[in-house]
Amino acid sequence: MDSIAGRKPALAWAVHLSVALLVLLWLLPTLGLFVSSFRTADQISSSGWWKALFPQEQTMILRTAAPETQQEIDGAHAIEGNLFEGAGAPAGRITAWGTSSREIAAYAPGETADMGEDGRLTVEENGDYTLVNEAEFTGSRGERVFLTATTPPSFTLDNYRTVLFSGSATDNMGRAFVNTLTVTIPATVIPILIAAFAAYALAWMDFPGRALLIAAVVALLVVPLQLALIPLLKLHLEVGIGKGYLGVWLAHTGFGMPLAIYLLRNYMVGLPKDIIENARVDGATDFQIFMKIILPLSFPALASFAIFQFLWTWNDLLVALVFLIDSSGETTVMTRQIVELLGTRGGNWEILATAAFVSISVPLVVFFFMQKYLVRGLLAGSVK
Amino acid sequence: MHPALQGLLTIVIGVGACIGYFYVSNILLDRVIFPARGRHAGRNINRANMVRPWLFLFPALFVLGLYLAYPVFETLRLSLTSRAQGGAFVGTSNYVRMSHDPKFWEAMRNNAMWLLVVPAASTALGLLVAQLTDRIRWGSLAKSLIFMPMAISFVGAAVIWKLVYDARPLGAEQIGILNAIYLALGGDSPRNWLTIPFWNNFFLMIVLIWIQTGFAMVILSAALRGVPEETVEAAIVDGANPFQIFFRIKVPQIMGTIVVVWTTITIVVLKIFDIVFAMTNGQWETQVLANYMYDKLFRANDWGVGSAAAMVIMLLVTPILVWNVYNARKEMR
Repeated sequence: MDSIAGRKPALAWAVHLSVALLVLLWLLPTLGLFVSSFRTADQISSSGWWKALFPQEQTMILRTAAPETQQEIDGAHAIEGNLFEGAGAPAGRITAWGTSSREIAAYAPGETADMGEDGRLTVEENGDYTLVNEAEFTGSRGERVFLTATTPPSFTLDNYRTVLFSGSATDNMGRAFVNTLTVTIPATVIPILIAAFAAYALAWMDFPGRALLIAAVVALLVVPLQLALIPLLKLHLEVGIGKGYLGVWLAHTGFGMPLAIYLLRNYMVGLPKDIIENARVDGATDFQIFMKIILPLSFPALASFAIFQFLWTWNDLLVALVFLIDSSGETTVMTRQIVELLGTRGGNWEILATAAFVSISVPLVVFFFMQKYLVRGLLAGSVK
Repeated sequence: MHPALQGLLTIVIGVGACIGYFYVSNILLDRVIFPARGRHAGRNINRANMVRPWLFLFPALFVLGLYLAYPVFETLRLSLTSRAQGGAFVGTSNYVRMSHDPKFWEAMRNNAMWLLVVPAASTALGLLVAQLTDRIRWGSLAKSLIFMPMAISFVGAAVIWKLVYDARPLGAEQIGILNAIYLALGGDSPRNWLTIPFWNNFFLMIVLIWIQTGFAMVILSAALRGVPEETVEAAIVDGANPFQIFFRIKVPQIMGTIVVVWTTITIVVLKIFDIVFAMTNGQWETQVLANYMYDKLFRANDWGVGSAAAMVIMLLVTPILVWNVYNARKEMR
């Protein structure tokens, strides 16, 4: 292939460029959400996330310090300070300011506004102000100042604090995170074990009806799990499992089983026959062969399926909706919580973005560290 | 008890029970029922070996049967009965009722569009990326980034794309990148992309294409690697240009894999539920079969029509099922 690309440098450039473009296109949506999760609600609603790295012009309403901080200088009363500090807002450069909502950009930095009996206010470019009056300042709150300021980019971890640790039941993903883990780990481990034994039997043991069973597994690979919802929910309710973790583990075990058996059997069939036959001759039972030879040798296939099942159960919504989540709301998983947030907090992107990112962070970590096994599994199981 | 602790405990019990089952049942078989000693040692070993496969298979067969095979028949039965009449047999009346529901036909129409667009677009894009990244040094990095959405849940993807499609009133700064680009290119006013009938279906499909392209790319790129060098070299010697090499030499040789990828994505599309559920919930004419079924089952509480809709999905995957089994049997011979 190099010869082709080498012969036509123009084409090589086109290839580089189009791949870069595609990658950018694929990355942008996620990047947008990621950047948004670190911005404040004000910033998100006042500018697109792609502008987050640049200084931006923002209008804000801040207050001078309260009258109790006034000092007496040469017979006049004065309040001094910095507008940004008092409000805890990120420091910016003021381009215009005003003292009434009708004229929010009436003055330039350094100018003095005469507010009559309320005193005279001077605001500098960096937010320093002096408010001077002959009479004593009264009241409990400071003077309102409208600012048009250019603020440098700023990022915050507050959203993550809110989403993970706040006590509010609707925003809190902490609990849902734990619930998701509780669903995912057993729903990944149990099917692997059961499927590994079955796969071994289908790969290396001789018994009547084996071919038929393998065909059945391949057929069940494509059966839509939608069919299972009502019959099994009814069954779970009758048996007494109801809606709960046990039911959702069993359901995930069942739905993941065909792919697990299919992947593992395909892999085990490829293991060297000599090893297994030698072990048999040496008097090992099938159980010993399985535990001591097959399982360790099958690690790559086991890892592949583990990743599939983990991603699938972690990301699942439908099975959890039907078999797990009850009216108490105690067992909500993250996907469900996010759908709920989409409904109730549809405009609060700082909460939504952060919640979504909390839920996709674990799969992303697994994905980047275990990609090799994921790809291997896909290549082995691409019938599904 | 803390839920995390509870989870941990159940993992231990569940996994322990599994291992215990296999271990104990094997010991029972070898030591107690058919002991390999005494007068019938030889016969006993043979008998034990006849039973053992079924011991190994039993848990798997049990969950397969209960969670996948039984529901097919039970759902069929439910679709022919009426819950309101206490489960009485009502023949095809649920299907008739469903066929009079305009929402069902909307779902069918949309599903047909999904089936036409998503597998084709994902496969084509996947093939394109696989071919392009094959030639460049940073190809594996590019592949990993395009593959990444595979790890993201459909719900997560729905949130990600909702931000892309977000619309603010005219005059306010747009925070959805699509509207920002649309206005920058001379659009007159920001659009609520997800509420434009007909076209909004495509905005939903983009989400699934975005997720599935990585899958197609991984498999097709492995297939492209498998194309023998000699055929490509021969074509170069004969003066074929890169496009001819791609379309006349490579694509025909990996046609089998392309079909597999296509059908795999088709199955995903038939079952697609989360994206529509989270983004529009079937409003503005975006209903699809799986979501229609969920609506009927759990919102309208109409189990008859819901089961009938599930059977329609089953019917649609049946050809793929038959084809898969046929292929698998051919391979095993």
